[in-house]
Amino acid sequence: MGEFKVHRVRFFDYMPSGIRALAFNQDTERMAVARMDGSVEVFHCSDRFFQEKIIPGREQCGIEGLSWVGERLFSAGLNGGITEYDLTNQKVKYTIDAYGGPIWTITGNQQGTHLAVGCEDGTVKLFEVNEDQIQFERNLDRQKSRIISLSWHPSGSKIAAGMMDMIQVFNVETGHSIHRMLADRGAGTSRSKECVVWSVVYLSDGTIITGDSVGMVKLWDDQTGTLIKSHNVTKCDVLALSVSQNEDSLVAGTSEGIVVQFQFVSMVLEKDDKEWVRTRTFRNHTHDIRAVAEITTAVVSGGMDAQLVVRPLLDKIEVRSAASALRKIHFPHRRLVSCARKSGLMLFQYPGHLELWRLGESEGKGTPGSSLFVKRNPEKLLQLKVKGEDHIRCSAVSPCGGWIVYSTASTLRLYRLHCDNNNISITKISKLPKVLSSANQLCFSSDSSHLFSASAQSSVHIASLSQSGCKFVGTLKPKSGSHQAIHLLAASEDGKWLASANSDHEVHIYNLQTQKAHCTVPVYSSAVTAMGIHPATNCLFMMHADQQMFEYSIEQKQYTDWSRTVQRKGLHRFWVERDTPCLNVMFNPQNPSHVILHDMYMLCIIDQSLPLPDDKTQFYNQLTLKSLTEEQRKSQSHAFKVCKTFKDRPLHLYVCGLSEEVCFIKRLQIVPC
Amino acid sequence: MATLYEGYTLCGVGPVQNSSNIGILGVEQGRDIDYVLVTDSSRSITVYKVSDQKPTGSWSVKQGQIISCPAVFNTQSQEYVVVTDDRVVRVWKEDDVNLEKAFKATVSADVLRVLSATDSEPVVLFCCGAVRFLDSLLASPQQPIEDVLTEDEIIRWSTIVKAEHQLVVLFSTEQRGEHCLYVQRFNPNTLVKHRIETEPGLSAPISFSATCRGSNIHLLYLYLNGSVYESVLPFRSSSTGAEGVQALSCSLCLSLPLGEEKLMSGAAVVLDEAHVAVIGFPHPSAGACKDYLCIWNTHFQTLQASKEMAGRIYSQLWCYSGKLYVPHGKMLSVIPFDCQKSSLAAAMGKLKQTSRSGKDFSVEIWNICPNVKSALTVDQLVEHIKTSAVEDVQAEVGEFIRRAPQADLQLAAGRVALELVSRSQTDANFYPQCAFLQLLETRYLCYSVCPELLSLAMVKKDFHLCQIAFQIFSDIPEAVTCACLKAILSTPDLEMETVNLDTDSVIFMKELTQAHSRSDEEGGQLNGFCPPALESDVSDTPSNKLQRDPLSLDMSCPVGLHKGALLNEVLQTAYSDRSLLPHLKDLTVPQVIVFLQYLRFLYFKYSHDAHKQIRALRTPSISQIIDWVCLLLDAHFTVLAVAPEAKRLVFDLHKFVRSQVKLYAELGKIEGSLQVLKNSKQSEDFGMYAIQVIELF
Repeated sequence: MGEFKVHRVRFFDYMPSGIRALAFNQDTERMAVARMDGSVEVFHCSDRFFQEKIIPGREQCGIEGLSWVGERLFSAGLNGGITEYDLTNQKVKYTIDAYGGPIWTITGNQQGTHLAVGCEDGTVKLFEVNEDQIQFERNLDRQKSRIISLSWHPSGSKIAAGMMDMIQVFNVETGHSIHRMLADRGAGTSRSKECVVWSVVYLSDGTIITGDSVGMVKLWDDQTGTLIKSHNVTKCDVLALSVSQNEDSLVAGTSEGIVVQFQFVSMVLEKDDKEWVRTRTFRNHTHDIRAVAEITTAVVSGGMDAQLVVRPLLDKIEVRSAASALRKIHFPHRRLVSCARKSGLMLFQYPGHLELWRLGESEGKGTPGSSLFVKRNPEKLLQLKVKGEDHIRCSAVSPCGGWIVYSTASTLRLYRLHCDNNNISITKISKLPKVLSSANQLCFSSDSSHLFSASAQSSVHIASLSQSGCKFVGTLKPKSGSHQAIHLLAASEDGKWLASANSDHEVHIYNLQTQKAHCTVPVYSSAVTAMGIHPATNCLFMMHADQQMFEYSIEQKQYTDWSRTVQRKGLHRFWVERDTPCLNVMFNPQNPSHVILHDMYMLCIIDQSLPLPDDKTQFYNQLTLKSLTEEQRKSQSHAFKVCKTFKDRPLHLYVCGLSEEVCFIKRLQIVPC
Repeated sequence: MATLYEGYTLCGVGPVQNSSNIGILGVEQGRDIDYVLVTDSSRSITVYKVSDQKPTGSWSVKQGQIISCPAVFNTQSQEYVVVTDDRVVRVWKEDDVNLEKAFKATVSADVLRVLSATDSEPVVLFCCGAVRFLDSLLASPQQPIEDVLTEDEIIRWSTIVKAEHQLVVLFSTEQRGEHCLYVQRFNPNTLVKHRIETEPGLSAPISFSATCRGSNIHLLYLYLNGSVYESVLPFRSSSTGAEGVQALSCSLCLSLPLGEEKLMSGAAVVLDEAHVAVIGFPHPSAGACKDYLCIWNTHFQTLQASKEMAGRIYSQLWCYSGKLYVPHGKMLSVIPFDCQKSSLAAAMGKLKQTSRSGKDFSVEIWNICPNVKSALTVDQLVEHIKTSAVEDVQAEVGEFIRRAPQADLQLAAGRVALELVSRSQTDANFYPQCAFLQLLETRYLCYSVCPELLSLAMVKKDFHLCQIAFQIFSDIPEAVTCACLKAILSTPDLEMETVNLDTDSVIFMKELTQAHSRSDEEGGQLNGFCPPALESDVSDTPSNKLQRDPLSLDMSCPVGLHKGALLNEVLQTAYSDRSLLPHLKDLTVPQVIVFLQYLRFLYFKYSHDAHKQIRALRTPSISQIIDWVCLLLDAHFTVLAVAPEAKRLVFDLHKFVRSQVKLYAELGKIEGSLQVLKNSKQSEDFGMYAIQVIELF
């Protein structure tokens, strides 16, 4: 097969931000995640938890709560505003101020008519959800201390609010408090500390469940306002609670990083008097858990260690499969690194700035497994800080290394980079065409002569680049279909074709010469996670979240024979069971039958000329092959050549293609806060 | 286990006259299973009634005539057939007195042998390889006989096999060192030639034996180097004609041990699918003398039975209906044998033989009414257990275990065991030990399935059963463990030594105590370990110096080998200390002291011989020993503090433990240093950036 030179890079110290809130939408099976940096992500729960949408955050945003109302997503934060998101274009739709100081919690009622927010000034504010906006309706009785947590009774007539040292139950009609329940402070020295009711859940049978800073999960009766039962879960705080759809299971997340499950079960078999019993404990986090959500078949939790953990509930799973395995999502399912293949430059995208590095050079030859002598060390050429408060949504460096472009929610900036030996200079291109005000995804043509910018309505704007500046050329629009934002772009090597993939799983192919839509790839049920156009054959190679792969001949407008063979024979079990999506598709310029793929933990080269493995073949066979002779290898080898040498966690793998060296491995180091 | 019973002489072997040095040409089956036809080389043919050891008829040929093949009995026409002078076929009846007056016919080619199988027409095999049925040959004796074999190809051995009304004649030939096997089938007549291929360097096979099993012929052949190969031939020919020579695939199924003497001859005969009788090869443990008849198990390669044969051995062996016919010295002996269905336990000698009478009984039952055995269900077996005699029950349980499918056995084993135990408890004379052992061997029993079994064994002082139960049960309650421990400790050593125990455990104990004497001789310093503390107590007087020598530790085993083996099993049981402690308090002071002495012995042994690997399947681990020491000290702290006889024991133990603690403290330091070294090696990191080469295949 061959040897490859690998650059192991650890200076991209991207740190994912901690998770602050989760909101699960049962109908669309989407999980919304809010992070400490203000970004909001949407994961598709039934599509292998693929990160479908990312809405970048902004400085000083501080989201505290998330809530779905129908298919609309709202958030509220310490800046006192309530934000609605435009999920189609993946941006903030509007923000309105609640005028109650910092907002600690937001929750919508099940009827989808109202939102309630709990404010620092002690008010619970009700907002009416209108067709296109929300409108302030009224305040409930003002309390003395801040409102930390809220929960609607499923009927929508009552609200339970968690505060300092107490829980209040409001009648929504009158706005008056029905009950006031006092939460006990901790014993001993913590007696002097207030008890914070971090989370509250109101069940349809009138039970109110609270989690507080004393470490208790308490059950209250809303008829009498009395405590029914209390469970001491932890010595520190119970930060989050979530109840399942049918109210028979409750999960509590604590600041010790454990999730405790309670179940509503009858104490005597076949009797109806049920009780909440503590059943299971999950330890998957290293730090505080700030949010939990119980979805149909799993418990999802997130916290300060920035990982989203999907813990399957095995009693609710009928068939054990890859989709029902424990899943930990550390990193965005997007490429944060782009590289200029021809000049050996790498562009790292951080939330608030960009870094441009030049790779080092090696000398001599080495045996497999050995490190080469580094003749020239890698060099940081540039650090580019973003203007304004918005975080970067996407960025790209041109293949020649002469252009850098990035976009936030509000602006798009293009820079010309001059690089002669040790002198780096950068010029911002002013007077950009108006259409290039913001982009969902950016991409350069392979000869660096054009910039493609994915914009609203699934359209792609083309701008030509030259010494004099940037000129708008035209807009590529899909013939039909959805208007979801484009998250992937791929341009062909010969400059003839451009492919775009949006979050409705549509892949459109455009002819760049005629600037017309060429064709649409048949829509597959799973999201496209990576794609690339083969330089020699102009076939579009697509990877999907469910680990399926397709190769589509652009010229013939049909799947290639190889792709059909793959679908007919099926992929190997081990390949399908991997739990992170492939993030990049590249090709080996030396050998046209090689397709290079990678996910978080492995690098895989698919040799399309070799037979596909079936379920009986040994899938990870590199070690076996290594021990065989050249002749024996021929009969043993199959198309999937997986290299897991770099899998040691918690390191993260990014691979980029370079022209002179076949592949390049980029590792991110994550240090939990 | 196969058995060779006491044999008896059938007849004398006449003086050797012919050149082949063989006294007997052949022994063939007579008109029923109790009759055999002995053809000796001195011109006579005799029919014997085997059970009476008496001849019932005898014929001889005239002077000058030679009997050229063994006579056979044609069961279809109730006539005897023999060939004299190679070409004259003679046929006579039982009441013919003179052979000269009997029917005779001269054929046109040399006859090698007449082969006869029960209820079928005899087959005449000519020296040239051609085959004719006797009746068709006698219809026209002068018919031309074709040459099947080439000029210098000689038939070495031949036989006839019959199954499903189909006859197959097998014969092997030799031609210039190359050995071939011919398979002649009838209706349609086909002849297939196989080349016998074995490892190079083997000479000619010296003995063949063919049997028919299922739809295959199993052919066994023996070489002078002791290898027994097996080839399997389909009964019905797959190909229609004999195209070319087919190689005969074979597998080595037994390697007989060879003595120092060079062997010249030997013979082997298949007894059943797992057993083969061999004569002419030395007994593996009887030295150079090779005059042994042995039964080997081919599945497990074990010697099952042997018998010394007096006088010269002729390398001839026949087997008819459960009896072996061996000419040796000046006589032909008949040796009845019995081969039980082989199991690994039986082959290894682990399965206790059921008593002789019980076995005979069972064999008879199964042979006479085969439907009964398959119909014996669990319910029937349970009913039988309630009433039958011990021997019957044992045989039936054994048979049931062998025949029941695994899944059924799993359910039935517990029930059968419970029933056996309850009968044993009520009936003092009823104790089917073998049945219990067989049930335990199935591994489908556990303590909770049959809780009374272990206490029953204790009551009956059946320590062998206890040992097996300890090995197999994983759920023995602590109270029962303690009760057993108590029973073991209170049984005198003398009584214990007579108990039959699992050999492996006894061997382990033997090795352990032998290691003791050896290390005594060598001064116990072989491994550089010096257990007593170097800086000793100041109170120690100089005269005590000698005692601090490693030899001063009492290294003799305080209990007998068998008791030790049983105690080892107790040490290896699973327990939880909280539940064990109260029961451990039940031990009496002498028991505590003996047990502690034994534990100390083991502990010393293990510490001294840590480098030594005693090969045994089950041995208590050092941590198990130390756990028990702790438990015992906890349970009997005051007793040990007060009892004067414990003083010395506790002192020794303390001294040794203290030295060990010191040793381990030193080891801790070394570990720390090594850890640092390891860490420094691991931190060989490539830092923030490296360029590496990887290779994909």
